[in-house]
Amino acid sequence: MQASNTLWRFRGVTPTAMLAFVYLYLPIVVLVVLSFNANRIATLWTGFSFDWYLKVMDNDNILRATKNSLIIASGATVLATSFATMAALAMAGKRFRGQAFINAMLGLPLLVPEIVTAVASLLFFLALGLDLGLLTVLIAHTVFCIPFAYLPIRARLEGLDPRLAEAAADLYAGPFATFRRVTLPLILPGVLSGAMLAFIVSLDDFVITFFVAGAGATTLPVYIFGLIRMGITPEVNAVSALMLLVSIAFVALSYWMGQRKS
Amino acid sequence: MTLDPYRRTRRRLLLAPTTLTLLLFMVLPMLLMGWMSLLAPDTYGGVRWKEWSLDAYVQFLYERDLDDSLTLNSDYLQIFGRSFLLAGFATVVTLLIGFPTALYIALKEEKTRQRLILLISIPFWTNLLVRTYAWMLLLRNGGLIDSSLSALGLSQGTLDVLYTPTAVAIGFVYSFLPFMVLPIYTSLEKMDWRLVEAAFDLGANRWLALRRVILPLAMPGIVAGCLLVFIPAIGSYFIPELLGGGKSLMIGNLIQNQFGTARNWPFGAALSFMLLALVLLVMWIYTRRFQRPPGE
Repeated sequence: MQASNTLWRFRGVTPTAMLAFVYLYLPIVVLVVLSFNANRIATLWTGFSFDWYLKVMDNDNILRATKNSLIIASGATVLATSFATMAALAMAGKRFRGQAFINAMLGLPLLVPEIVTAVASLLFFLALGLDLGLLTVLIAHTVFCIPFAYLPIRARLEGLDPRLAEAAADLYAGPFATFRRVTLPLILPGVLSGAMLAFIVSLDDFVITFFVAGAGATTLPVYIFGLIRMGITPEVNAVSALMLLVSIAFVALSYWMGQRKS
Repeated sequence: MTLDPYRRTRRRLLLAPTTLTLLLFMVLPMLLMGWMSLLAPDTYGGVRWKEWSLDAYVQFLYERDLDDSLTLNSDYLQIFGRSFLLAGFATVVTLLIGFPTALYIALKEEKTRQRLILLISIPFWTNLLVRTYAWMLLLRNGGLIDSSLSALGLSQGTLDVLYTPTAVAIGFVYSFLPFMVLPIYTSLEKMDWRLVEAAFDLGANRWLALRRVILPLAMPGIVAGCLLVFIPAIGSYFIPELLGGGKSLMIGNLIQNQFGTARNWPFGAALSFMLLALVLLVMWIYTRRFQRPPGE
């Protein structure tokens, strides 16, 4: 906007920004390129190959971990998004006592370092005598997905004209009909982007899952961590690149959806 | 509104799942963790439920000798200090890179701005573990950076950066840069640029306008960005684990170790509790000073 005026060109700003973008994308590009490398020595380029991807697709452990990741992410997304939608509806109404407390509680999973949440959850599950497995991971993921699902829904409700719901009530729609026919269609983009955030965050989580998963519920990030600790291999490159591409596709999709509605 | 007698009941029902989930699985576990930090450890992990003990906190500062006397032991304090230093360093460097980047984006046309912000947020939503691994590929001896430097004759092919605190710092700056750029950009975008124009009209040069007008107006974003970098950095676990080489480099590694090889749950709980207290203290100071928590 101010580009025409030379006074607006701050010295050093453009090179620093360029450096920032290179810095952010260099590792991603290098990882994806090396995942197509034919050579066994993962950092030396010798030729193009798809082999490592085929190896990954053929690896039972990776497939099992992927399945666990998808089960947990889907479950946590459904639970967290429904809980968050309900909470956002209640929080958007008239102010009430205890609202600040609930707000603070919703902020907790975002604020508290992951390792603290991980330790607290682990100790809690063990004290309850629960076996570590899919259930404990699902519970822990639902907890930290709630605020991610909540924020976009709440933002969407904020911009909603309250007179629309009042008009529905004037026309004799009960609270449920008003929600289903008026409020829900209007906040649906918020609900969808909340669900998408929850899904990505759950799919990507490592630290909390690492603590509460136990042996039976290894997710993809936990499995990858185990592989990385054993050493840098082309298989790790390929499975890592796949994970990156899935996340990037997801973000691009949600951006595209956001563009379409505006 | 007054026509609806069930409003309060409905509100409670709507809030119940979220409130109960968070109380039961977030707040209660934290309290339990605080309690367990005050118990005696069991030999093979676990705690002795009926045996109160302050050992976990004493152990943080002192070592118990054979004759049961306590001597000061600064090992753990050093780890806390190092965590502070690394997280603080990452905060400063991300600010030095992030502020100009946010300014660069804010000065672009509307359409370009949206695209650049998307570019900044994509890494933010991709798996951090995997991106940390990518840095292992870049930084290791014989990796891309090492071989480019030696090709230019700048090193002998032995960069020796991976598995050092420097590598951890590089990883931190990389991982948390978007957390710094996004809030600063948000406050710059909301800014009334006519104020800067007015400063120019009144004869201010760029540096003066930046220092006296733009920086103060961007301050809420800068502070929020610093918190969003510092808090996850200080509690980070796998970045120091992978790039720092698995030594107990930072608080996160030390905590994990108590549930792995060291098998000292109360000490692990006490360390987590201290980290939590530290973060809550920082947040408390922040909200007292700036009112609103970050992200709102």
